[in-house]
Amino acid sequence: MRLKLVPNETTINFFGKSNVFFGVSIFAVILSFITYIILGLNFGIDFKGGTSIRSESKVEIEIAKYRNALSSLNLGDVAISEVFDPTFEADQNVALIRIEAQDGQEAVTSEIIEIILSTLKANVSDDIKFQAVESVGPKVSGELIKKAVMAILLAIGAVLFYIWLRFEWQFALGAVSALIHDIVLTIGIFSVLQIKFDLAIIAALLTIVGYSLNDTVVIFDRVRENLRKYKKRPLIDVMNLSINDTLSRTIMTSLTTLLALIALFTLGGDVIRGFVFAMIWGVVVGTYSSVFVASNILLLLGVKRDWSKPNAEAGTSVPQP
Amino acid sequence: MLQIELWKRIIIYGLVLAGLLFALPNAFYSRVESYNDANSAIENGQDPDLFRDEQQLWFDYLPSSLVNLGLDLRGGAHLLAEVRTTDVHAQRIKSLWPDVRDVLRQKRSEIGTIRLQDSTPGVLRVKISKPEAMQTAIEAVATLSKPVVSLTQAGAEDLKISSDGDFLLISLSDAEVLATNERTMRQSLEIIRRRVDEVGTREPTIQRQGLDRILIQVPGIGSATELKELIGTTAQLTFQAVIGKNSSSTTPSFGNEVLPSLDEEGVFYTLESAAVVTGEQLVDAQPSFDQNGRPAVNFRFNPTGARKFGDYTAENIGSPFAIVLDKEVISAPVIQSHIPGGSGIITGNFTVEESTNLAILLRAGALPAGLEFLEERTIGPELGADSIKAGKMACIVAFAAVLAFMFLSYGMFGLFANVALIVNVFLIFGLLSAIGATLTLPGIAGIVLTIGMAVDANVLIFERIREEIKLNKGPARAIELGYEKALSAIIDANITTFITAVILFAIGSGPVRGFSVTLGLGIITSVFTAIFVTRLLIVIWFERRRPRKVEV
Repeated sequence: MRLKLVPNETTINFFGKSNVFFGVSIFAVILSFITYIILGLNFGIDFKGGTSIRSESKVEIEIAKYRNALSSLNLGDVAISEVFDPTFEADQNVALIRIEAQDGQEAVTSEIIEIILSTLKANVSDDIKFQAVESVGPKVSGELIKKAVMAILLAIGAVLFYIWLRFEWQFALGAVSALIHDIVLTIGIFSVLQIKFDLAIIAALLTIVGYSLNDTVVIFDRVRENLRKYKKRPLIDVMNLSINDTLSRTIMTSLTTLLALIALFTLGGDVIRGFVFAMIWGVVVGTYSSVFVASNILLLLGVKRDWSKPNAEAGTSVPQP
Repeated sequence: MLQIELWKRIIIYGLVLAGLLFALPNAFYSRVESYNDANSAIENGQDPDLFRDEQQLWFDYLPSSLVNLGLDLRGGAHLLAEVRTTDVHAQRIKSLWPDVRDVLRQKRSEIGTIRLQDSTPGVLRVKISKPEAMQTAIEAVATLSKPVVSLTQAGAEDLKISSDGDFLLISLSDAEVLATNERTMRQSLEIIRRRVDEVGTREPTIQRQGLDRILIQVPGIGSATELKELIGTTAQLTFQAVIGKNSSSTTPSFGNEVLPSLDEEGVFYTLESAAVVTGEQLVDAQPSFDQNGRPAVNFRFNPTGARKFGDYTAENIGSPFAIVLDKEVISAPVIQSHIPGGSGIITGNFTVEESTNLAILLRAGALPAGLEFLEERTIGPELGADSIKAGKMACIVAFAAVLAFMFLSYGMFGLFANVALIVNVFLIFGLLSAIGATLTLPGIAGIVLTIGMAVDANVLIFERIREEIKLNKGPARAIELGYEKALSAIIDANITTFITAVILFAIGSGPVRGFSVTLGLGIITSVFTAIFVTRLLIVIWFERRRPRKVEV
């Protein structure tokens, strides 16, 4: 009668093929780097500067028409794409127009927006409306990149410190390797699929950092506990036992989170789809990495085996509810 | 044994109830909104009778704060402006010229003739015909220097005077630059705030960011362009001496400028660049009519302005005098007599509406410096409404899916976790409303993510209880141990996530910050509900049933 995704007792050997998984991870990380170097990221205006216009019309969108209409304005690089979403009405046609930052200007002037709107009305369809216009000057976008990189480094640093404080440095290193693995793979997939990479994606990346850690910490917590319990068993057995112990929880939590995120992905509208996609990817990769990256590195580094003396920092003195 | 003391129970009940009460207004968003609007209108001195109906919409004894909707949900405009503080330095230095000229002329016998030279803005470059007397010139100008008015820079002088060959250079000292920038920023913020308030939109955000930037967010306004027009109308009013009147735009000699007339086509005035009095010294401006019954604006200066204005009019009876608004000459009347009281009237070809607007702009004061817009965003209200609709739908589906999944997996205990999850969402909304936080689209995603992740703590606990049952512990003991042993993992896991939420809050802005707020609050409430609320539910159930065996 109960829905059981994971049998009561599992004795899966997670490290039997550890070399394979490790290899796959390293390969994926390298691949991400390569695609990043070759394809780069599809930076949104937050990071590149420029103007993004979301236009709506009842007439079906022909991108060539838009492009022709706008080419006479000499706006430099103009990218036009159609947006599809199941939440749209039947006659709701949405296009995204992206214009590069104009020379010598910070945010684009309202006169230019007016000209673009009237040009489109004259040449494409006179019912075109601009639902949203966003313009970011090159000065700010440069700063936003710096801030974003800083946020991620700061998050990794803070977490490294916290886990080192609560566990041992080997744990911290394992967790942070998993984190970097997750972030690199997320940037990799964004580069492969050329999904727009903007400020919200940075928020998603940091959430992935949080989630992946959450998962890793739960496993590490069990490892720490089992190390106290089984002082004589080899580390590999203790780790396997710990991952098996927590497997049911790992699957349950990942699934509930994914359920919620998938609902948001399909129904939440196109504005945040990229953001939600990053999180879904992050949950999958994060779950994988806590088992196959973080734990593997912990196994490689080895840990201190004598946990018998309760150490004030070691998390034994948590207040009871 | 498995029990919770009464006082703890009361606290838990109390917190849950408070969360529900604070979240409640959001369920009746538009009603409570008009109720709040009515109340604030009455507070602002409007007739309460006009708002009787609106006041009936909500109960006075219930909390009425709502979750603010971010621009991406409500629609509106967002601007990030950089204040060109160097404008102010340039203006200050430019207006110093008449005084510098006067003090140097008094020493004519020693330093010879003086001439103002072209130079970079913010620096006054004066050529002296007898450079050997430079020291005398520097000392003479130094008498104009005043101590810097600021708390931190005590003792510093406001002018930096130096020489370069036969040129005398005058600029603002570093201490004065700092103090001026600070003043300029405060003044700009205040003026922008007043102008935005003048239109009366709901909850505008006007914040200083960094050294010289201002963030302006106004929900409900049509576009960033409109907002820019509203705050960007500088209304720089100056009174300047007229040197000549031309029919074409000629190149002025240095120290003068040529400005067009506002209403006479093709007429230009040559004026002295240094203003006699500026609009900053204006204390009041009212629309009125001149003696011929034409719309005009009455104004009054503060004592300093009044003195300068009085002195100038006394010395220049019979010469024309230009009233300049935003680099256009409104009118250039001839001074008929000495005007001592510091009040006057601006006439021009105004309509009544124009004179009223001009008075408002003058009263609100001029922006001390120009603004450069670094970031502009306009979100249409329809897009916002669509996002809310989509977000709501996604939340409901996500919620239902997670609830069903938990029940299927953990049965009775899953139901307890579900109750906790529902309470959790109420608490998040309650907290968001109570602290006046802003809900953005990524914020909604944060809530959905919290829904998914909030069950994690319960899953951890339930899995532990299962393990303890497997070890043949009695039901009460198993539950007790489950909570106890899961705690360290719950705390560690949530603190690490919380750390990232804090970093996001500190570094992010706008929607990202909104996301970090819901994520952070969600972590706090979910730990509370998972640990305390489910435990209370289980204990209550356990006390009633006293089961021999529990199945999780």
